[in-house]
Amino acid sequence: MYAFEIERPSTIADAVNALKSEDAQALGGGQTLIPTLKQRLAMPASLVSLTGIGEMQGVCLGDAGEVCIGGATTHATVAREAAAHYPGLAGLASHIGDPAVRNRGTIGGSLANNDPSACYPAAALGSGATIITNVREIAADDYFQGMFTTALDEGEVITEVRFPVPEKANYQKFVQPASRFALVGVFVAKYADGVRVAVTGASEEGVFRWSEAEAALSGDFSAAALDGLSVPADGMISDLHGSSAYRAHLVKVITGRAVTAAG
Amino acid sequence: MASVAMTVNGKSVSGDVEGRTLLVDFLRNDLRLTGTHVGCDTSQCGACVVHVNGEAVKACTMFAVEADGAEVATIEGQANADGSLNVIQQAFQDHHGLQCGFCTPGMVMSAAALLKDNPKPTEGEIRAYLEGNICRCTGYHNIVKAIMAASGQDVATIAAE
Amino acid sequence: MPKDSGIGASSKRREDVRFLTGDGNYTDDINIYGQTYVHFLRADVAHATINSIDVSAAAEMPGVVQIFTGADFEAVGGIPCGWQVTDRHGEPMQEPKHPVIAHGKIRHVGEIVAAVVGESLAQARDAAEEIILDLTELPAVVDMKDAATGGPKVHDDLTSNVCYDWGFVEENKGAVDEAIKSAAHVTTLELVNNRLVANPMEPRVAVGEYSRSDDMHTLHTTSQNPHVIRLLMGAFVLGIPEHKLRVVAPDVGGGFGTKIFHYAEEAFCTFAAKAVNRPVKWTSTRSEAFMSDAHGRDHVTKIELALDADNNFTAVRTETYANMGAYLSTFASSVPTWLHGTLMAGNYKTPNIYVNVKAVFTNTVPVDAYRGAGRPEATFQLERVIDMAARELGVDPIALRRQNFVTEFPYATPVAVEYDTGDYEATMAKLEEIADMGGFAARRAESEKNGKLRGLGVNCYIEACGIAPSNLVGQLGARAGLYDAATVRVNATGSISVMVGAHSHGQGHETSFPQVISEMIGIPEDQIDIVHGDTSKIPFGMGTYGSRSLAVCGSAMVKAAEKVINKAKKIAAHLLEASDADIELKDGTFTVAGTDKSVAWGDVTLAAYVPHNYPLEDIEPGLEETAFYDPANFTYPAGAYACEVEVDPETGKVTIERFSAADDFGNVINPMIVSGQVHGGIAQGIGQALLENCAYDDDGQLLSASYMDYTMPRADDLPFYSVDHSCQTPCTHNPLGVKGCGEAGAIGSPPSVVNAVIDALQSGGKNVTHIDMPLTPARVWDAMNNA
Repeated sequence: MYAFEIERPSTIADAVNALKSEDAQALGGGQTLIPTLKQRLAMPASLVSLTGIGEMQGVCLGDAGEVCIGGATTHATVAREAAAHYPGLAGLASHIGDPAVRNRGTIGGSLANNDPSACYPAAALGSGATIITNVREIAADDYFQGMFTTALDEGEVITEVRFPVPEKANYQKFVQPASRFALVGVFVAKYADGVRVAVTGASEEGVFRWSEAEAALSGDFSAAALDGLSVPADGMISDLHGSSAYRAHLVKVITGRAVTAAG
Repeated sequence: MASVAMTVNGKSVSGDVEGRTLLVDFLRNDLRLTGTHVGCDTSQCGACVVHVNGEAVKACTMFAVEADGAEVATIEGQANADGSLNVIQQAFQDHHGLQCGFCTPGMVMSAAALLKDNPKPTEGEIRAYLEGNICRCTGYHNIVKAIMAASGQDVATIAAE
Repeated sequence: MPKDSGIGASSKRREDVRFLTGDGNYTDDINIYGQTYVHFLRADVAHATINSIDVSAAAEMPGVVQIFTGADFEAVGGIPCGWQVTDRHGEPMQEPKHPVIAHGKIRHVGEIVAAVVGESLAQARDAAEEIILDLTELPAVVDMKDAATGGPKVHDDLTSNVCYDWGFVEENKGAVDEAIKSAAHVTTLELVNNRLVANPMEPRVAVGEYSRSDDMHTLHTTSQNPHVIRLLMGAFVLGIPEHKLRVVAPDVGGGFGTKIFHYAEEAFCTFAAKAVNRPVKWTSTRSEAFMSDAHGRDHVTKIELALDADNNFTAVRTETYANMGAYLSTFASSVPTWLHGTLMAGNYKTPNIYVNVKAVFTNTVPVDAYRGAGRPEATFQLERVIDMAARELGVDPIALRRQNFVTEFPYATPVAVEYDTGDYEATMAKLEEIADMGGFAARRAESEKNGKLRGLGVNCYIEACGIAPSNLVGQLGARAGLYDAATVRVNATGSISVMVGAHSHGQGHETSFPQVISEMIGIPEDQIDIVHGDTSKIPFGMGTYGSRSLAVCGSAMVKAAEKVINKAKKIAAHLLEASDADIELKDGTFTVAGTDKSVAWGDVTLAAYVPHNYPLEDIEPGLEETAFYDPANFTYPAGAYACEVEVDPETGKVTIERFSAADDFGNVINPMIVSGQVHGGIAQGIGQALLENCAYDDDGQLLSASYMDYTMPRADDLPFYSVDHSCQTPCTHNPLGVKGCGEAGAIGSPPSVVNAVIDALQSGGKNVTHIDMPLTPARVWDAMNNA
């Protein structure tokens, strides 16, 4: 790692201020950022730790019944505290990384990083969540802008994420065997006004909505509804762990399984 | 440099560290608590698992300054007060749950965290929980068995040899 | 009743206490006052000419002590290879120089280009970024067949990239060709034995120390064999005589072969400690380990199995390309030859066998022994081709194996070795029992109900452990002896320290070796301690690899203990005023046969050190003996393994449902430890079969360079195993009758996993006859969909 200072503000305002200094970078749980720093792939002058900010912690219910999660809330906390309100989301959180990673990694960190194989982007996009920052609210549909790219501006901090709670939802992850990230992960959520299907791990563009499946499932929420559909291999990731054709195939299989598991 | 103070295995400690100093480096190099190991640089092997405020974390993926003010528990503080092995440690010895010993501190700390939340885990729950702890020697058979035994479950039916 | 101590007891491991309490002493735990840290600048291209290296800016960086490049090592020897193979035409192998630091040319990603010694590791690494390399990149050669047939040359001064073209046994070739021509059936299989990375959980570490006042060098290192490192580094690389070079390997966090070899980093730290006159420490990161630890396996093989009309095996012919990487690592040349070709008979009485191996240089990390080393490659190809033959012939794969088993011992194979004992039928029968093969059909039906395909795969294996004897291996090209040594030092009050040449890095020698001495003398195990891993403390030793520790070093220990007991009997005879021929030792007491006259072990040992009443005219005081033991032959553990898998036909994912192993290790000292060794070996074998793959792209870039892409087996990838070692045909030529158990699991398990997957796919109507390891979901799915 290159040398840097770490600041530990206790309010969002202080964090935002600290992030204004040159080459400052936000530090969530660090579960992705720290390994990146070890490889000297990033050279921040300072890291602004968000984990000590009380107002960015925890899970609660909003006025419209949505689940509101502070940006610095760990995966373990979401798995525990969202279980009663949004089991599909809690289930996803309970399978990110491993137990020790879940005790540090945060939802805000995951969404800000937007790793193309991360789980949370699928939940946020699949739920039509709203990403709240220190300056604005961003709809999930506008937030994800390709692999490791988001709508966040420099110095902008995810303070909260609001998830409308669906009638049914489920996330299925077919893991890349080494990293245990998603080779293909699919989040399906059935809302009164339709079904959302978000796919992570598969596409070179990062998380995406599979609109044909959404249309089919909105009419008939069953795995059989997917029968005639297929996902083109074009644009899917191809690497050591699977070809683009394999990933495209898995998208359909895993979507079907998520629908079945959602019940 | 920043000053940090924390409680490690019940003892107050402090030191001056750089921002980039990892918790594991503070433990190993400053406190000379070398039982916590480093086996990878991608936050996967779990040889460095310690408890911070009662929760298992990877000490190689957390900065020392982030543990300022925290209660930290490491493998060195796990034995009983008289120096005898605690229940988990004893089960690892009884059931040959370690060979080279390098992953062992992390395994014991993870097992302790698991049993705190889930006092009688099934075989499947143990295997799933150990996703972040890699052992290259044992094939996990005797680790899983040791954790089941430590939780008071009968392991006699699991092939011993 | 199981014994509670001595030979055959599952004594709990005494070393566990320090490992379980964080009190182990691994090399990275060693910090020496005044130590410096080295950061190695490693090549990020696979093949290049080094035009110049400018370290001037780097040298000005804060905390830099000294910067080294290849030029600083011109007067130093290369890293040596310990085995010279002679090719089919009687020519010695091509043996390029292996520099400590690249000089003139870079030949693989990860090769050391420069070394920065600094006050802190961070400072050394900061400075390394300021080194300016002027390189001319060259085309890399990665594929072995390309390398062998005229691709870019890895070493300009060699005639080609072929290290050797080895034929074994060359005189058999004509008869083998004839037998294949006249066979009733020939099964041919082309396969890959995938490149692996050993990945002991402890990365390598080296700490060099130098004392100017007495010209003494000390190297603390993560080694399986400190004496071998002292010999290779002292004699061949740095020119340091043994009495001025101490090598210490304290607690070592796993080896699996990759810590046998002498590495450049060890030579560097030793050399640099003198140059800067301060201790120099290097701790490998896991990322560095992937590109600097010797890799394993990496063969491409075509095997043909010929059978007569009655399904008797009549011939085996193989052609293998074996990857050496860019340089010859310590035992690289011996692995595809003497540790592979000699095992091609397997458990079968095939009369005609010919093995051809072309070892080639490529722009990749050197390849050397990894758990099993050559024997897994032999077993895999043979047991896969037998399974394929059974399918082609429509016969039961177990019956086909049984029909061809060697049944009479000793048995001289057509590939130059003689099996002393074995009972392959017994281990197969035991396997059928513990694997509950009778219940397989019902389990398959249950799987099919759940939409899964279930398969059962079986294989046998034989391995050769404790490679020996020295005079033979010397003729075959070994540049070292393969004996071992032990000193049994009895202290005045009767406790014993045993200094052994074997090194324990997970094998539990500190527990199992005292069990043997305890059994011989009849004193409690806790009266006996093992000392190992320090050239200044033990007489000599070739270390631990090839499942040799107990068979070779344990035998030396027994011989030394026998000498001790013989001398002690003489002392007892004097004390008891009897003839030494009449003295018996049992349960720690010497008695005069047929009388009640006795003297305790501790009284005899005390007399040896306080010789007031002592036959000083006949025997010396003291009680300490050393023995060197050079085995007359290999030992031949063997067994039969079964794997049951479920395959998800929608995703190709393979799940191991059951795994059973029936091994014959000869006599067993500590059954608990032996089972643990088998468990670990099986996990690595399953890892090879399903998960692990070290992959390069065409430019020589390592694709699987961390645990993000190299799949380590995890707890949820694996089941509980059923292992048995009750079939015991003791080795006939070592005093303990032991054979070795460290590698069996890794040798014996991959074929049964692949055989099981093929069985599952065929049961589902998929016409898949072979898939190359690892059988990842993507590969299995591809195979199903292209079938």
